[in-house]
Amino acid sequence: MKRNLVVWLVGIAGLAALPFLGMPVYLLHIAVQILLWGTVYTAWALMGRFGMMSLGHGGFLGIGAYVPALLWNYYGITPWIGIPLGVALAVLVAVAIGFPCFHLRVVGHYFALVTLALSEVTERGIVAARDITGGSLGLTPNTVSGTSLFALQFPDKRHFFVIALVVWLVGLWVWHMIDGSMTRLSMTASVEQDAAAAVGINVPREKLKILLVSAALTSLGGSMLGQYLMYVNPGTLSGVMVTLQMLFAAVVGGMYTALGPTMGSALTIILMESLRILFGTRFIGAANTIYGILLIVFTIFMPVGIWGFVVRCWERRAAAQRARATGATSAQGAGASAR
Amino acid sequence: MDIFLVEAMVNGLLLGGVFALLALGLNLIFGVIDVVWIAYTELMMAGMYAMFWLYAKYHWPFLAAAAAAIAVVAVLGLLTHFLIIGPILDAPPINQLLATGGLLFFLQSFATLLFSTEFRNIGVRLPTLEVAGMFISVARLLAFGVSLIGVGCLYAFLKRTYWGVAIRAIAQDRQIIGLMGIDQRRVYGMTSAIGGALAGLAGCLLVLQYDVHPFIGLSFGPILFMICVLGGLGNMLGGLAAAFIVSEIIAVGGFYVSIDLSYVLAFVVFIGLMFWRPRGVFTR
Amino acid sequence: MLELAKVSAGYGAFRALFDIDMSVRAGEAVGVIGPNGAGKTTLMRVISGLIRPRSGSITFDGQSIGGRRAHQVVATGIAHVPENRRLFPRLSVEENLKIGAFVPAARAQLASRLASMYELFPPLKERRNQLAGTLSGGEQQMCAIARALMSGPKLLLMDEPSAGLAPVVVDQVFDLVQRIRTEGFTVLIVEQNVQGVLDVVDRAYLLEVGMIKLAGTAAELREHQFVRQAYLGM
Repeated sequence: MKRNLVVWLVGIAGLAALPFLGMPVYLLHIAVQILLWGTVYTAWALMGRFGMMSLGHGGFLGIGAYVPALLWNYYGITPWIGIPLGVALAVLVAVAIGFPCFHLRVVGHYFALVTLALSEVTERGIVAARDITGGSLGLTPNTVSGTSLFALQFPDKRHFFVIALVVWLVGLWVWHMIDGSMTRLSMTASVEQDAAAAVGINVPREKLKILLVSAALTSLGGSMLGQYLMYVNPGTLSGVMVTLQMLFAAVVGGMYTALGPTMGSALTIILMESLRILFGTRFIGAANTIYGILLIVFTIFMPVGIWGFVVRCWERRAAAQRARATGATSAQGAGASAR
Repeated sequence: MDIFLVEAMVNGLLLGGVFALLALGLNLIFGVIDVVWIAYTELMMAGMYAMFWLYAKYHWPFLAAAAAAIAVVAVLGLLTHFLIIGPILDAPPINQLLATGGLLFFLQSFATLLFSTEFRNIGVRLPTLEVAGMFISVARLLAFGVSLIGVGCLYAFLKRTYWGVAIRAIAQDRQIIGLMGIDQRRVYGMTSAIGGALAGLAGCLLVLQYDVHPFIGLSFGPILFMICVLGGLGNMLGGLAAAFIVSEIIAVGGFYVSIDLSYVLAFVVFIGLMFWRPRGVFTR
Repeated sequence: MLELAKVSAGYGAFRALFDIDMSVRAGEAVGVIGPNGAGKTTLMRVISGLIRPRSGSITFDGQSIGGRRAHQVVATGIAHVPENRRLFPRLSVEENLKIGAFVPAARAQLASRLASMYELFPPLKERRNQLAGTLSGGEQQMCAIARALMSGPKLLLMDEPSAGLAPVVVDQVFDLVQRIRTEGFTVLIVEQNVQGVLDVVDRAYLLEVGMIKLAGTAAELREHQFVRQAYLGM
């Protein structure tokens, strides 16, 4: 454990130093997006891995993106206050939806479709309030010249990279915390609520906990994306499509491991950029077409995602090595810890 | 009462007809196979594009184009079931939602690749009737009428034909259906094809009123799901009732406030109703 | 008519049947008795095609049917009355019977078959338009048997027909089985009610933990010391 910690710290320090060692701005730009979207996808996967398929995270993302931006533009309130307020609102909405849902056993398909309504309402609401929010045209937070801590604006992408890294690490830490406290729930997943309840697990409360954390993290990610891109738009930071994007990244990357969703983020962003570089605007829609096919294929053949698959291979090899070392023949223990 | 309000209400009713058709299709699939095709309105979009292509581009006669479009979407329904749903039939519901989510991505983007994001109009101009001071579009009336006929036909099929009874039976107990000498795969295939055909029919009717573009599915999808959940997933009668009720809320709401806000209102009402009756307002 | 040779079957990693050898001759009534979990239902399912055998062969009328899917097996002339009846609850009695006659050969005879079922089971005729889920336990069993007979089978498999029924009704069910026998159907019954079933069958097998422990005529089993002690409470 000690050794792991050291490895982690060294790794993080190395990553943080990276931009200052002369990374091209373009790559920094990609990296920041991978980290921020990775946080958002990780937040979604917090629920997805337990079988709670939420289609409402577009709503939390939109709240996180718009609340600080609106407060800044209209009232000059610093994002340091605006972002937590956004998180608070997202959590409030999550409670309003989650509490009745989980206590009334709205699960599976019903849960997905009820949360879908949340994504829709948020996007439509933002568009409907166009006088305030700028509608489909989006909103640009008022720019302050230069670097401003108060306004949380950092034109120097290297600084933002560090911030994004911190946010991303927060996301991973949250994942780790939930992982530790939820091993019992993970064994029962979404289906066997009665069985879990019989063992004394307060299922609705545990589910609500996960939802709230997930909503908060998503909102945070949305806020940071807004601050980074300096532009919020209902179509890209709220609504159904972005929610489906989360699905895709989490599934293909692997939603059962901490780094899986970030893998998914890297995959989608790199894919999109590559297509753009290679084909320009000639094949708009090619990226999503590929996403669609991949999502189907992965759901059927590799539900643990790419990273999950990699992790499983490692674990199997490690278990096999251990077995050889001890002379035992069973290599089946490895699979159980994959989740 | 304000004549414009009545007009809005009538339009709500007419719109409700098409949603009723779509709700029926979705509920049929869910009731029988126990999966929700998240991409259902994208199938409808495929039907709309098929109509556009055959009728507007290749100048097929309207009815022939419609028949072909419906057939195309029926085949898409079959493919959806056998290629996507079949392999994960016994997997947790989340996997099925994910897979049909992937289908949604695929259909939308593929349409973008083929047709670009432009709005396409089929070029059919149907007249507008003036009835008692209200302006009612013939296209809407036609859509309403045909939808009701479609609903009636499906009802008759399910009640009176052998395959219809088989479909109803398999919805109630799929494990022993084989003991009746019925091939589960065939029934599921037939159900999927019918579900697809209904979406195709809805597409043919809507393309008379709306321009088609790759994302039009998103304009109808979430509302459709809301309708089906309100009526009780799988409950065909409930879906019918919910279709009309929700359409009325949107139409009347749109009369008093902006149309976008009326959707927001409808959704908020929906979420509230869900907590009052989580299994669907009309479920017994 | 029906031959099982060294049939093994199970669910996933769990094996429920081990090397079963069994036969049913045309016109016979054969029983399979044994405790809960012995594999009796698995046996029915592997014959009717709901699950595939792991090994061994199942022959019916000279045809090999092991591994065929259920709807194909029905076409060869085997009908299975499932455990717990498994009627389609929201279909009417008549619709349940109609569904039983789905195979084309039976569909052609629908009207006459329906008529003979109603003659054989008058209470069903009274309730023909009632939803099957609303029938009493005994009526449901009657309906389930009739539904199976609608396909015109040569062999009728019955899985614990007396399960969950009141004692009076249980007697009625075994009477039904007798009547079916006199109509000429070949029957294979799996039962926990040893007393009842040994009264209506010619031969029987004792299945325990997935293996055949005893086989013989009904009389032989009724007199067998082990059966008397373990199952007849004597």
